[in-house]
Amino acid sequence: MDAGGDPGGAHLQVRGLRVERGGRAVLDLPELDFPARRVTAVLGPNGAGKSTLFAALQLLVRPARGELLLDGEPMARDAVAARRRMAAVSQDPLLLNMNVRANVELPLRLRGIGRRERRAEAERWLARFGVSELAGRHARELSGGEAQRVNLARAFAARPEVLLLDEPFTGVDAPTRLGLIDSFAGILADARPTTVLITHDRDEALRLADRLAVIIGGRLRQWGRPADVFSAPADAEVADFVGADNLWPAQLASFRGGVATYRTADFLVHAAAEAAPERAYVCIRPEQITLSPPTEGGPPTSARNHVLGDVRSAYPSGPLWRVTLDLRRPGAEMSLIADVSRASYEELALKPGDPVRAAFKAAAVHIIPRGAVPGDE
Amino acid sequence: MELIWDGVREAVRLLVSGDRAVVEIMLRTLAISGAATALALIIGIPIGAALALRRFPGRGLFVAAVNTGMGMPPVAVGLIVAMLLWRNGPLGGLGWIYSPQAMVIAQLALAGPMVVGFSLASIQAIPQRLLDQMRALGADRAQMLWLIIRESRLGLLAAVMAGFGAAISEIGASMQVGGNLAGETRVLTTATVQETGRGNFELALALVIVLVALAYAVNLLLTSVQQRRAA
Repeated sequence: MDAGGDPGGAHLQVRGLRVERGGRAVLDLPELDFPARRVTAVLGPNGAGKSTLFAALQLLVRPARGELLLDGEPMARDAVAARRRMAAVSQDPLLLNMNVRANVELPLRLRGIGRRERRAEAERWLARFGVSELAGRHARELSGGEAQRVNLARAFAARPEVLLLDEPFTGVDAPTRLGLIDSFAGILADARPTTVLITHDRDEALRLADRLAVIIGGRLRQWGRPADVFSAPADAEVADFVGADNLWPAQLASFRGGVATYRTADFLVHAAAEAAPERAYVCIRPEQITLSPPTEGGPPTSARNHVLGDVRSAYPSGPLWRVTLDLRRPGAEMSLIADVSRASYEELALKPGDPVRAAFKAAAVHIIPRGAVPGDE
Repeated sequence: MELIWDGVREAVRLLVSGDRAVVEIMLRTLAISGAATALALIIGIPIGAALALRRFPGRGLFVAAVNTGMGMPPVAVGLIVAMLLWRNGPLGGLGWIYSPQAMVIAQLALAGPMVVGFSLASIQAIPQRLLDQMRALGADRAQMLWLIIRESRLGLLAAVMAGFGAAISEIGASMQVGGNLAGETRVLTTATVQETGRGNFELALALVIVLVALAYAVNLLLTSVQQRRAA
C-alpha cells in the first residue's frame, strides 16, 4: 500500500459505520479500507446498501454511529475540507444550470482557484474525455453520454485524492458505454486517485478495479483481489452474486489471425478477439462447454479449446445438470463448471471420479481486461 | 370615449414635457417601491431558502402564514403598520407615521411574503440529488446559498417581479400610513385616487398610464434578464 500522505491518493477508512433508516440498519460496516491509489469496486445487488455507502462517504447522511477516516483523520471534523479532497460521480450527471466549461471549473472555483488556472484545468480534462468542443454548450443541451463525460471531467478537474463513483456508466447507452469505460480506464491509470467504484456490474468491476468489496444486505461479505473473490467466494450468496463460474486471470501468450491465446494457471485458452489486452480475465459460460468421453484425440469438433478432467461433482440445476471438473494435470488448481442437458448427462453416464473431455469454442470465450492500475499482482 | 382620449393625450403631454410634479411623484414611487422590494429580497430569499431546505417543528404553520401573506389585503397591512407607527403605538417613537419610511414598511409587508413564497417554490424545485452534488463539489455554507440562488434564478427573478408588482400597485396601505402628502408621501397610486376624487380624470388617467408604463419597463428589464439567462 502506498503512503497515506501521498497527494495523489488518500487512504480512506470506514470504522464501525452504521446507517439506519426507520430504526433498521441499512448499512453496517465494522471495518472497510480503501487503500490509497487503488481502485476498489464495491459490488452488490440492488438494495445492498451501496448507494447509502456512496452518500455516507460524501458525509451526506448522518450515521447512527461510526466514523470515516481520511489519512487517519476523522472526516466529520471538517466536512467541507474533507469533501474538497474528494470528487463524486453518480449515475445521473447532475450538471448545474450553466455551460459545460463553467460546470467543469466549478469545483476549482469553490476551492478559490484563480480564473486562468481553472480555465486551463477545465480545458485539459474536457480534452482528455474527448469533449473539448462542448465547452461553450449549455449543460442542458448535452446527450446522456456527453453529459457523463463532462461529469467525469468535472470530477478529475477537482484534483481529487479520493474519487467516488456510483454506477457511473449505467445511464449511458451500450456503444457509448464501452468507449467511455475505455477512456476512463486510461485516465484512471494515469491520475490514480484512491477510487471507490460502486457497481452491480461484474464486468465493470473486473475491468477497472484491483480490489473488490462485496456488500450484501448492508454488510461486507468479502474483500480482496478480484481473482481471489471470484475464485474463492466467501459464501454461497457471494458466489451466487459474483457468478463465479469459469473466470480466470490470464496473461496474453500470443495474438494472431484474430485468435488470442491466454495462459491461465493451468492451461492455454484460445479466444476469438478483435483486441487482446496483455492482462485479462478469461470467462466462459458453463452452458458453452460441451463434455465428451476422453477418447484419444477426441471426436472431430470445431472447438479450439479442449481440456481433460475428472468429475468432482454433478447435480441438477434447473433443467440442466451442473458438472464440476478437476483438471487432470499434476498440481492443477483450476476447476471448470459445465452445464449439460439431462439427456447428455445420462448418455455420458457420468459419476464423480470419471474422466471427461471438456471443449469450448474460441468464439465463446469472453475477455475482460484486468485492473486499471498496474503493478498490483 | 373622448374622456379616455383626452386622458391619453394629457399623459403623453405630461411625459413629453417632463412635468415636474409628475416626474417627482414617479421618482418617489420608484424609490419607495424599489426600496421595499430590495428589502423584501434581502430578508425574503434567505427565509424562503431556509423554509425550502430545512425541516423544523412549526414549518407547516410558517409556510401557511407565508401563503396567507401573499394574499393579504393591503388595507389590513396598512391598518397594522399604522397602529404600530401611530404616535402612541409601540413604534410611535420613530416618528415615521405619514413618512416614506412608513410606506416602505407597509410595502415590504406586502412584497415580503411574495418573495418568500416564490423563493420557497423555486428553491424547493431543485432536486435533492443536485443539492447533494453541490455539497459534494466542496461548497461551504455561503457557497451553497450562492449556488442555490444561481440554480433557481429564474424563479427568483419571478419573485422580484411579484414583489415589485405587489409594492408598486398597492394603494390602501400607502394611503393609510403615508397620507398622500404633497411633496412628501404622494406616489402614483395615491395621486391617482386623489385626482379621480376631484373629477380630474385626464390627470388621473395620465398618472395610471405612467404607473403602468413604469411597471412595464421594470418588468421588461427583469424579464429580459430572466429569459437571457434561461437561454
